[in-house]
Amino acid sequence: MSTDTPVKNDVEFGSYKYGFHDSMDNYAFKSRKGLDAQIVRQISELKNEPAWMTEFRLESLAIFESRPMPNWGGDMTDLNFQDIFYYMKAANEQETSWEDVPEEIRRTYDRLGIPEAEKKYLSGVKAQYDSEVVYGSLQEDLSKQGVIFTDTDSALRDHPELFREYFGTVIPPGDNKFAALNSAVWSGGSFIYVPKGVKIEFPLQAYFRINSQNMGQFERTLIIVDEGAAIHYVEGCTAPTYSSNSLHSAVVEIIVKRGARCRYTTIQNWSSNVYNLVTKRAMAYGDSLMEWIDGNLGSKLTMKYPAIWLMEPGARGETLSIAFAGEGQHQDAGAKMVHCAPNTSSRIISKSISKSGGRSSYRGLVKVHKDAVNCRSNVVCDALILDPASRSDTYPYIEVEEENVAIEHEASVSKIAEEQLFYLMSRGLSEAEASAMIVTGFIEPLVKELPMEYAVELNRLIELQMEGSVG
Amino acid sequence: MSAVLKISNLHVNVGETPILKGVNMEIRQGEVHALMGPNGSGKSTLAYALAGHPNYTVTDGSIEIDGVNVTEMEADERARLGMFLAFQYPVVIPGVKVADFLRHAVSNIRNPDRKEGEGLIGMREFRKEIRERMNELGMDPEFARRYLNDGFSGGEKKRMEILQLAMLQPRFAILDETDSGLDSDAVRVVSEGLAKLSGPQMGVLIITHHERLLEFNPPQFTHVMLGGRIVETGDASLANELHANGYATVRARHPEAAAENAKAEAAAAV
Ligand SMILES: Nc1ncnc2c1ncn2[C@@H]1O[C@H](COP(=O)(O)OP(=O)(O)O)[C@@H](O)[C@H]1O
Ligand SMILES: [Mg+2]
Repeated sequence: MSTDTPVKNDVEFGSYKYGFHDSMDNYAFKSRKGLDAQIVRQISELKNEPAWMTEFRLESLAIFESRPMPNWGGDMTDLNFQDIFYYMKAANEQETSWEDVPEEIRRTYDRLGIPEAEKKYLSGVKAQYDSEVVYGSLQEDLSKQGVIFTDTDSALRDHPELFREYFGTVIPPGDNKFAALNSAVWSGGSFIYVPKGVKIEFPLQAYFRINSQNMGQFERTLIIVDEGAAIHYVEGCTAPTYSSNSLHSAVVEIIVKRGARCRYTTIQNWSSNVYNLVTKRAMAYGDSLMEWIDGNLGSKLTMKYPAIWLMEPGARGETLSIAFAGEGQHQDAGAKMVHCAPNTSSRIISKSISKSGGRSSYRGLVKVHKDAVNCRSNVVCDALILDPASRSDTYPYIEVEEENVAIEHEASVSKIAEEQLFYLMSRGLSEAEASAMIVTGFIEPLVKELPMEYAVELNRLIELQMEGSVG
Repeated sequence: MSAVLKISNLHVNVGETPILKGVNMEIRQGEVHALMGPNGSGKSTLAYALAGHPNYTVTDGSIEIDGVNVTEMEADERARLGMFLAFQYPVVIPGVKVADFLRHAVSNIRNPDRKEGEGLIGMREFRKEIRERMNELGMDPEFARRYLNDGFSGGEKKRMEILQLAMLQPRFAILDETDSGLDSDAVRVVSEGLAKLSGPQMGVLIITHHERLLEFNPPQFTHVMLGGRIVETGDASLANELHANGYATVRARHPEAAAENAKAEAAAAV
């Protein structure tokens, strides 16, 4: 394979701005392409995992193989599971300071313009370079408070009891085909434990990226927020453009115990060849609050429906999501709220933007179990379609087994922004200025919720996406 | 020399349907024209066509501003040449602050050659100006920070249109039923506001069913539209007559246009 593969599409609209990648020669280890029991065993062996994890992976593989592809959502006909590397290791040692990170990797981060967000919280940042965390150091006072913030592989090694108690309990391998895939080949991701009553004041951040061609990323994140504790975790994502399809299939499990709070913020901006098939679920216990804030840009197909199971009375769940579907992109995103206990409440706000032939779908589920009385749920989805070639759909599912509940669903869908565009243009704004302004305004409720650097970054990414609209 | 907005033999389709069937009108800077006519006669269609709405297709005829043919121009180019439409139904734009939007608009209109990304009008200067204009219109300065027309009452929306008119100082202003749906206080504010703003530098076309706006802004010319055509043009007394007697006599004088108007109204009602 050649190094520095020339980048396609760099100037076309909708193509990925960060169109470069590093040499492939510096990988410490790379599995062969494809997926079978031997590869799964090899991954587990290389990581020196305990026998139970090897077993877990193999069982998961069997589940993955036995399940059909989903026949809903998006088109996955181009996805060939045997044409993917399932494990790569970028560097042998896990680095502890920025200076120790290999030059090439640092250069990549620099080119990504990451340092803005990163420098500020340098010691709190973990970055995933391909399958392995190569850089990350824990802020000192965090560890003093008993907070564990590490990559998931290290957690399995260093905190085996805690790990085993929770791992796979929120999303078992049998949950869906892609959760099974992740369970078989997972690597990297973040592990966070926040002890009782500890409130982390600043957002914890991690940057993820896919670096190699045909490189599947299967990170596995597990967050446990113990009683009365609080955390805001932020994960951003950028990926270079490649010519062949890439697969990203993560699993994020979160446990929010009594009276705890967890906010999980993601901004993902995959290159337009990535299949992004993610399972995210949180279990929220008594009087706790779980919030997903989810921004999806780029990718070929994203299927992602962050879920919150409201397990005990007083639990609250909120999902705020935004999807931007540009040329050749399909964002099938939404949320799930499962009310398992009385007096629980949930809110879903979903916003999507489709342009240049892009397609976005809201797919959401609100489920209320029998005897979960006095539940409230409010769903609002807005779609902004910027031109007639683009498309938006809503698939709201509501399953209610209990009568004494209040569920509201508002959808303002398929609104072509024509009248708004004309209004602004009649005041002298160019078409590009007007559409950028409409889009920025449309996502403003979400941007307001983001930490400053992410708000700036999201606005910048949207601007880049909008630039192509200058006719 | 005062500039002219010249509308010649204007034919406009919405989709396949012809709505305007040969409209002629000349508005000079400094003049006030009233445009009246029953519902469905095509008044708003004329307003949109002049402002450059993409769904209103000019199939024949032309629109000129100061000798420049703008018939094929986009709405923003026309705005930069001095065209302004106060909307009958102002559009809500969530998340976009009035001040941000207007600062862009003012920058583009005052500096028509401004390229995207080039500097905007100075913040301080702009703030001072918008505050003064809002004050004159009896608007709470808080409105500058609100999202454009989002959650505004009918009267607040119309006032917002007049504020934009005040900030952009167009050469030609078209007001499409700016006075309808307002209580009498609001009508007075809007009428007085317009009277203060218009002057020798502004040609005004007022589309209205009411007397109040015209009382404050007496027209030199009154046009009556029926079935997509201007069927009569007179002075202020024609407006008064129509207010007093309605359109029955006009219909009687122009049976063909009246029949076409009735057809359009029936079609719209379906
Ligand atoms: N966007 C549109 N789509 C379909 N028909 C329209 C549209 N705009 C105007 N029309 C039709 O054109 C005719 C004139 O309408 P309009 O210009 O709104 O009249 P007025 O403002 O005088 O009440 C009506 O028959 C109306 O139904
Ligand atoms: Mg009208």
